Amino acid sequence: MRVAVVGAGPAGVRAVGQLVRAGLHPLWIDEAPDGGGRIYQRPPPGFRRSPQALYGLEARKATALHAALDALKPRADWRPDTLVWNIATHPGRLNLMRDGVATEQGFDAAILCTGAMDRVVPVPGWTRPGVTTLGAAQIALKAQGCAIGQRVALVGSGPLLWLVAYQYLRAGAGLAAVLDTTPFRRKLQALRGLPHDPATLAKGLFYVTRLRAAGIPVAEGATPLAIEGEAPDVVAALRWRDAAGREHRLECDAVGLGWGVRPELQLADLAGVPIGFDPVQHNWVPQRDLTGRTPVAGIYLAGDGAGIGGAAVAELAGARAAQALLADAGLPVDTALVARLERRLLRQARFRTALERAFPFPAHLAAAMPDETILCRCESVTAGELRAAAAPDGPHGASPEVNRAKAFTRIGMGRCQGRVCGAAAAEVLAARLGCDTAAIGRLRGQPPVKPLPIPQPEAAP
Amino acid sequence: MTTPREADVLVIGGGGAGCSAALHLARRGAHVVLLERGLVGSQASGSNYGGVRQQGRHPAELPVAKRSHELWKRLPQLIGTDCEFVQTGHLKLARSEAEAAELAAYLDVARSHALELQLLGRAMLRARYPWLGPSVVAASFAPGDGSANPRLLAPALAQAARESGAAILEHTAVTACHHGGGRFLLETAAGPFTAPRLLNTAGFWGGQLAASFGEPVPIRHLTPNMMVTEPVPYFIRPNIGVAGGGVYMRQIPRGNIIIGGGHGTGDPSVPMSRPSPEVTLQVMQRAVALVPDLAGVSVIRSWSGIDGILPDKIPVVGPSLTTPGLFHAFGFSGHGFQLGPAIGAILCELALDGRTETPLDGLSIGRFARAALPVG
Repeated sequence: MRVAVVGAGPAGVRAVGQLVRAGLHPLWIDEAPDGGGRIYQRPPPGFRRSPQALYGLEARKATALHAALDALKPRADWRPDTLVWNIATHPGRLNLMRDGVATEQGFDAAILCTGAMDRVVPVPGWTRPGVTTLGAAQIALKAQGCAIGQRVALVGSGPLLWLVAYQYLRAGAGLAAVLDTTPFRRKLQALRGLPHDPATLAKGLFYVTRLRAAGIPVAEGATPLAIEGEAPDVVAALRWRDAAGREHRLECDAVGLGWGVRPELQLADLAGVPIGFDPVQHNWVPQRDLTGRTPVAGIYLAGDGAGIGGAAVAELAGARAAQALLADAGLPVDTALVARLERRLLRQARFRTALERAFPFPAHLAAAMPDETILCRCESVTAGELRAAAAPDGPHGASPEVNRAKAFTRIGMGRCQGRVCGAAAAEVLAARLGCDTAAIGRLRGQPPVKPLPIPQPEAAP
Repeated sequence: MTTPREADVLVIGGGGAGCSAALHLARRGAHVVLLERGLVGSQASGSNYGGVRQQGRHPAELPVAKRSHELWKRLPQLIGTDCEFVQTGHLKLARSEAEAAELAAYLDVARSHALELQLLGRAMLRARYPWLGPSVVAASFAPGDGSANPRLLAPALAQAARESGAAILEHTAVTACHHGGGRFLLETAAGPFTAPRLLNTAGFWGGQLAASFGEPVPIRHLTPNMMVTEPVPYFIRPNIGVAGGGVYMRQIPRGNIIIGGGHGTGDPSVPMSRPSPEVTLQVMQRAVALVPDLAGVSVIRSWSGIDGILPDKIPVVGPSLTTPGLFHAFGFSGHGFQLGPAIGAILCELALDGRTETPLDGLSIGRFARAALPVG
C-alpha cells in the first residue's frame, strides 16, 4: 500500500511515527530542508543556539519532535525541500517539485499535514520593509537567530503575539511595545473556558507577567492606525489608538503583525475535500471528523491545516489520522492509543473554542480599513479599489462574492494567490456589502499551490 | 402556475455573445431577459486566454471577426470601458519550413478579406524580437490584432445592457424549455418567462438546447489549459501563437505572462473544469522553447473553463432550421472571445429584423443536419 504524508511538522511526524510502527514505509514530503514545521522550525546547519534559546518553554517538545523526526527519516521515503504543488485523487497522485525538477508520485492514501499561516489585517504602511507577520518575526529568530529590527513593535492578538514577544525578550531583542487589539474585558469573559488546558493558560499569564516585569510597554484593546516613515522604504513609527481613544506615536524600526493563523488548505481543497466556514475560528476549514477522515476516500487531514488547534493538538491528530488510515486499510489498530488520543483531542477542542472567543478575528479592523490602504500587496490593490469594485454601479456590475471581486480588481491574483490578503479582503467585501463573511465565499484553490518555476529549455534534438 | 413574465427576446447564456446580444437588443428598445445559470462570463467567456485575433481564422469566421474588431475598438464609447483591449499585434510563429509554408498559404485568405498581414523571415524576426529562441524560423504578424482581459468583457457588457434596460438574471438556470403557438416558454427558479424569440448563446450547453429543438450537433466539451506567471519586466509586446498550435502566450504591461496550450479536464454536468498538471508542465516547456528568457519565471496560477467544440472547429451561428424565432450562436470551439461583441450585434439583427448584413455562410446549423450524431 502506497501511503503519502505531506508535511513534517508536529502532525506529520506523529502520523509517520504511527505508520512506521505499523510496518509501512510512507512517502514523506516536506517543503523545509529539515522538517519541524513552522512551530519547531530548525536552524540551518552550523547554528549553535540552544533549543532553550530558540524555543523557550517549548524546547522540550521541540527537542522530542526533532528526535522523532530524525529517527523516522531513514524508515520512510523522506523528501525534504520538496513542494507538493498539485494533488489528484482516484487515482491518487501528487505533483512534486524539487530543485526545479518536476516529478509525480502515486498514492493509495494520504495524510495532509499542511499547517497554517499568519492571518493578517493590513494596516496603512504594512508594505514597508521592516513589517512582517508575527510568524515571520518568530521564524527570523528561530531559523536565523536574528530579530526583525532593533526596536520592534508587535501588534495583533492571540497566543502567538505573547509567545513571540516573550521569545524576543528572552533573545535580548529590543521590544518597543506589545499591542494587543483584543480588549482585556473580552479575554476575561472567555477565561471561563480556558482552564480546560491550565498549562497553556499558565504559560500565557507567565509571558505577559514577564514582559511587564521587563518594563516592556503592553497595551490591550489597541487599534493600529498606520506604520510611518519619512522615506517609503523605512519604518520609523507606529501610530496607534489606545482603548480610551487617545492616539500615540510609538517609535520603532520594525513591526510584527498577526491575528492568529489560518489553515493552509489548498491541497485539501484540490483533493476535493469540502471546505466550510467555521464561525468560531472565523476561518475556512476543510471538512473532517475527529479521526482525521474526510468525505474523500483515502484523504486524511491532521494539524493546523485541518482547522487551527495548535502544535499539541497537531501531534495528537497526526497520530489519530494515521490510526484511522490503518483501520481503513484493514491493518491492526492500537485501540488503547486511539481512545487516549480522542479523549485528549476532545478536551483540547473545548479549550480551543474558548481561546478563539478570547482572541476573536478583528473583523472590525478590516471593515474600518482606510480606503488608501494597500490590501493585496502582490498586486497593489487598495481597500478602496475593492470597495469600488463591489459596488453595483461599477463598470462591471457588483461583486457578490470574492472570486468575482478578484476578477475585477486582481485582488489575490498575485504571487501569494491570496494566502496573505484573502481573509482580510473577504472582510472588507463583506462589510461593504453588508453580509456575512461566509456568504462572500473564499478564493478558489488553483494549482500550483505555490509558485512553480519554468524550467530551462530542453536541449534541441 | 405563475403567469409567465413576457419579453420580446429571451437569451439563454450570459457569455460574451449573450451579454452583447442583450446590450444590442436593449439599445434597440427591445424588452430582453437574459438567463444565466451562474455569474455572467463564468465559463469559456471568462476563463479563456484573452486573445483578440483575426489572423489564422477560418474564412467563414472572418466577416464576423472583422465586424467584431470594429466593435472592440469602440468599446469605451459602447460600454464605458476598454476591457484592457490593446492592439499589440498578433505574431504567429513557425518552427519549421512546413509551418512557414502554412503561414504563407494564409496570406491569400488574409488578402481576400483585407486583413493586413506581414510575413517575417528569420533576420527580421531576430531584429524585431531578439528574445525569440532559435527554434523559430519565420512568423506572420497581424498589426491590428491584440488581446483583452476576458474577466471583464462579459460583466461589462452585462452591466451596460442592464443600464440600457435589459434584465440580466444571474443564478437563474433554465429548467425546462417549451415552444408552441409561436412562443417560447422557459421555466426557471425565478419563475417562467415567455417571448416570441429565443437566443441560444449557451456555449457547450447550447448543443443540448439545439438538440431539444430537434437539431442535434456533434459538440464536445473543450477545457483549455491556462496559466499565468508572476510579473516580470514587460518585453513580450505581441500576442504570440504558433502554426500548428499547442502553445500561445501574451504579456500584459503590468508584467504577468498568460500562457495557454493543450487541455485540462472537465465535467460539463457539474459544471467543473480543472487544468492538467502534466499539460501545464508540457506547455511550460513549449513556451520556454519559444522564449528562452522564461526560464526561472514562476507560474503562479493555472485554470480552465468549459467551451464547446464542433468537428470543423467553427461555431454554429444563425437561425434554427426547425423552429422559427430561435437563433443559435454556440460552439465557438476555443476562439469565441474575439467574436462575442459582433455575435451579439448579429443576433440582435436576426431577432429584430430577420436578417443581418454580416455573411454567415458556412456557420449554419444545417451543416450538421445530414450527419446528425449523438450529442457528446
